[in-house]
Amino acid sequence: MSGASRALGRRRFLAAMAGSIALPAVFPRRVLAQATIENPIAPLDQLDPLVWVVTKGAPVRKGRVQLELPQLAENGNSVPMKVSVDSPMTAKEHVRGIHLFSERNPVRNMASFYLGPRAGRAEVVSRVRLAGSQHVVAIAELSDGSFWAGSAAVVVTLSACLDES
Amino acid sequence: MKRASAAALACALLALAAGGAPAQERGIALDQLKSGSAFLSQDLRALQGDELANPAMLWVERGEKLWREPGGKSAKSCASCHQDASIGMRGVAARYPQIDAASGKLLNLEGRINQCRVERQSAEPLRYESEELLSLTAFVTHQSFGVPVGVSIEGPARAHFDAGRTLYYQRRGQMNLSCAQCHEANWGKRLLAETISQGHPNAYPAYRLEWQTTGSLQRRIRACLSGIRAEMLPYGAPEYLDLELFLAWRAQGLPVEAPGVRR
Amino acid sequence: MTARVQMPRAAKRGEVIEVRILIQHAMETGYRHDEVGHAIKRNVINAFSCRYNGVEVFRADLSSGIAANPYLQFYTVAEASGAFEFTWIDDEGKQEIERQPIVVSA
Repeated sequence: MSGASRALGRRRFLAAMAGSIALPAVFPRRVLAQATIENPIAPLDQLDPLVWVVTKGAPVRKGRVQLELPQLAENGNSVPMKVSVDSPMTAKEHVRGIHLFSERNPVRNMASFYLGPRAGRAEVVSRVRLAGSQHVVAIAELSDGSFWAGSAAVVVTLSACLDES
Repeated sequence: MKRASAAALACALLALAAGGAPAQERGIALDQLKSGSAFLSQDLRALQGDELANPAMLWVERGEKLWREPGGKSAKSCASCHQDASIGMRGVAARYPQIDAASGKLLNLEGRINQCRVERQSAEPLRYESEELLSLTAFVTHQSFGVPVGVSIEGPARAHFDAGRTLYYQRRGQMNLSCAQCHEANWGKRLLAETISQGHPNAYPAYRLEWQTTGSLQRRIRACLSGIRAEMLPYGAPEYLDLELFLAWRAQGLPVEAPGVRR
Repeated sequence: MTARVQMPRAAKRGEVIEVRILIQHAMETGYRHDEVGHAIKRNVINAFSCRYNGVEVFRADLSSGIAANPYLQFYTVAEASGAFEFTWIDDEGKQEIERQPIVVSA
């Protein structure tokens, strides 16, 4: 192998290495896990006891739930959150509850909102605390006993300057 | 070339002869001033403008209650003398800090409120960052919402202004930075994920997400000092007062936005 | 504890109305430390309820994952004139109530 091609090969190798080690520094590998048909609440697990308390083992399907959080949060202390579920909200067909889970907060069940047919619209807006970049998952329980999930990934930046005031 | 410099010299001499100092140099020209909200994300800008959801409005509401509560041994409330704050206090906060005619001291709004409490209500002064003082300053400053900041640096205020300006341009702390190096030379540029603002005081007292509560301008100055690893002086330090006056002069014309929401 | 509520004063029967509330509460997580290094005790609003003419129309279980000075926005159907009653309780057992009247026309 000539010197030039060896250098090119080495450069490609280094570039590949840089690509695979740089990304997890910003996004840990598990955060790259996208919600799939097999596990619609990824990176959470359907066998997670916190999830089980809500679903009692019933299957969770992906869809009908829109969870909106900014892609980039200026401060993890207060991040705007909107969760809405596609539902007519009638006595026959409505959302019973929406449960919010955090991937990395010390307290992973963030909140549970209980609606019902008198809500009129299955939508709740609030502001949440996020302890670092992570996924947030919302699981909705419908009146027919089915469970649906939506998730959002948020990058939480740290303050530029330390504040000890 | 020689004629131009001679003319400039003549102008300067004329100004000095008239008894005035040479024209104040502004680090940021008046028509280039931008409030801190111009450097916020869309979400925080919207939150600040949301009358209901702006968290600092909780302190304004509390301040409105305190305004009507009798204080100290006098059993008088702020309203007893000042009546309706929306009328009596309109434009007031925009003119602070200012020299108190009676004592000759430079007072910020907190100082004026405490002076009133002690001298006219026979009440104890309120501590900086106490819920009561934050509520009252948030309420009173909010009455000047939209009013352009305009302070006087004439007469006895001049010495305080000069001291404040010296502090502003002085390097300090382990990082050896002056206020000007970020807020004058590098505003608009990034510091990690944040965009450096021009560092104006017109939105204070403000709710800072970092504090998870409302805080005064002095708290914000202390936060900057800790950020550059400089000594944080205690609340009420004369240095802070001088700096507050300089900052208000520097922000001349910017509308009061208090209570603001910041990162 | 101060709280600010925003909702329509009047609505038509069957109309879906937006209810917004902002509550002053530190929502202390229990993970912060004071200057001396002692942990500041956890105290968050853990339960919130909205009753419309005595019937609960919205309920929330909250945790430290909700930001300080919590903001909640939800919806309900305007049924009859009367009153909304918002109640919440924190870990220390402190309970607060806020009321808002509503006029509902046919």
